Amino acid sequence: MIEVRNISKSFNGLTVLDNISATFESGKTNLIIGQSGSGKTVLMKSIIGIHKVDSGTIMYGDENFTDMSESEVTRLRQKVGMLFQGSALFDSMTVEENVRFPLEMFSDAPKSYWQERVKFCLNRVGLSHAARLYPSEISGGMQKRAAIARAIVLEPTYLFCDEPNSGLDPKTSLTIDQLIQEITRENNITTLINTHDMNSVMGIGDKIIFIHQGHKSWEGSKDTIFDSDNEDLNNLVFASALFKDVKKLHARH
Amino acid sequence: MNLFAHIGRYAMLMTQVFRTPQRWRILGRQYIKEMEKQGLESILITIIISVFIGSAITMQMVLNTENPLLPKYCTGLVTRETILLEFSSTILCLILAGKVGSNIASEIGTMRITEQIDALQIMGINAPNYLILPKILGFVTITPVLVIFSMFFGLLGGYIISWTGVMPPSQYIMGIQYAFVPYYITYSIIKSLFFAFIIASVASYYGYYAYGGALEVGKASTNAVVNSSIIILLFNVLLTDILLI
Repeated sequence: MIEVRNISKSFNGLTVLDNISATFESGKTNLIIGQSGSGKTVLMKSIIGIHKVDSGTIMYGDENFTDMSESEVTRLRQKVGMLFQGSALFDSMTVEENVRFPLEMFSDAPKSYWQERVKFCLNRVGLSHAARLYPSEISGGMQKRAAIARAIVLEPTYLFCDEPNSGLDPKTSLTIDQLIQEITRENNITTLINTHDMNSVMGIGDKIIFIHQGHKSWEGSKDTIFDSDNEDLNNLVFASALFKDVKKLHARH
Repeated sequence: MNLFAHIGRYAMLMTQVFRTPQRWRILGRQYIKEMEKQGLESILITIIISVFIGSAITMQMVLNTENPLLPKYCTGLVTRETILLEFSSTILCLILAGKVGSNIASEIGTMRITEQIDALQIMGINAPNYLILPKILGFVTITPVLVIFSMFFGLLGGYIISWTGVMPPSQYIMGIQYAFVPYYITYSIIKSLFFAFIIASVASYYGYYAYGGALEVGKASTNAVVNSSIIILLFNVLLTDILLI
């Protein structure tokens, strides 16, 4: 579980996050949604530690992340997997080497275990056939799947996904969403997903946090999102062409 | 950013680079890979440039030392001193700053803008140490080898051109052996170690702090070459003063 308490962050006097508190539960897909520029990426990057928060506390389980020393952060990060918007696979390595890389860096287990684990992860994301290919030789969807395999190879406790469906077609997006949700449930991972894809919201939104102009404006799940009377959230949800009919239905009720 | 801010940020980056590696085995693997990529792939261009410059220097010396009072072997002697003292260390490193420096800056810059460096950091890896240290060590190791290659092929270029009738080859051979000071080779190698460090570290610095898109990577690459060239020339004066005068 990850808990953020009253975190604030500003850049050059401009407040980007203002007193945000939220709990992200393990075994669930926790979505952070919001319009572009709302502060959702800054929130995720602050939780990971790429940005240092101005005030507030970030708890990873019982550990206070904001008070950690550099070596403690390094240790904690070995429990963290991250899926980047652009996959961020190392282009000088094959898919297999990319997935093996975290094991080489951190695992003291024998090489035979590495091979098994890499094979398992590639199988899990359905990429066994592409193990010897370089990232430039595979499609965007396959790159995302390879990045998921790399993110889970060390059996992380926390998984962060920044716009996992960006640049993908709807069918591939669905596959990626399902994969993330299955992996989250199978391994009881605390997963945070930063997205503005309404298909993802309605498909895998076990828990949803809506960020608007740096504030937490709404909190709920895919089951309660249509019942919200939050105007900013409704504007975001119903801006999606897919939900225009839902809007009409919603208006009728 | 002003000059002092750049120096401060460069120093901070270097403190990250020169830390104990998380995995020595991986450093060793990367080190060998970098020596091959930055060094061995530069051998051909080093040979080509050295042969042609050696030939050109010899021809220029023949023209400029044409005097009945000066013995003909003087041409070989001056060619040797020019190649040993300046060309094979300073000029060669300026050329390598263009080839290797731009390569390093664009490679690291691309890794930065495609979030590969962020990925390393999220994994808990010291990205400067993992990426930059093997490049610096590899290039510092291989550059003296390139300098020695350059000396040999520069002098060979002069010898080849002497066979075209510019001057008697025997006089050229006599000239390049006359009043030889072995320390000049040591001096040249010491200089090249400094220059190699400058090229690899400055290029890595500009690449590491490239933010934005492809345009920024191009800019980082240009800045790396221009600034490392200026620093090389500055250090050339300083090192000549310290080591030779």
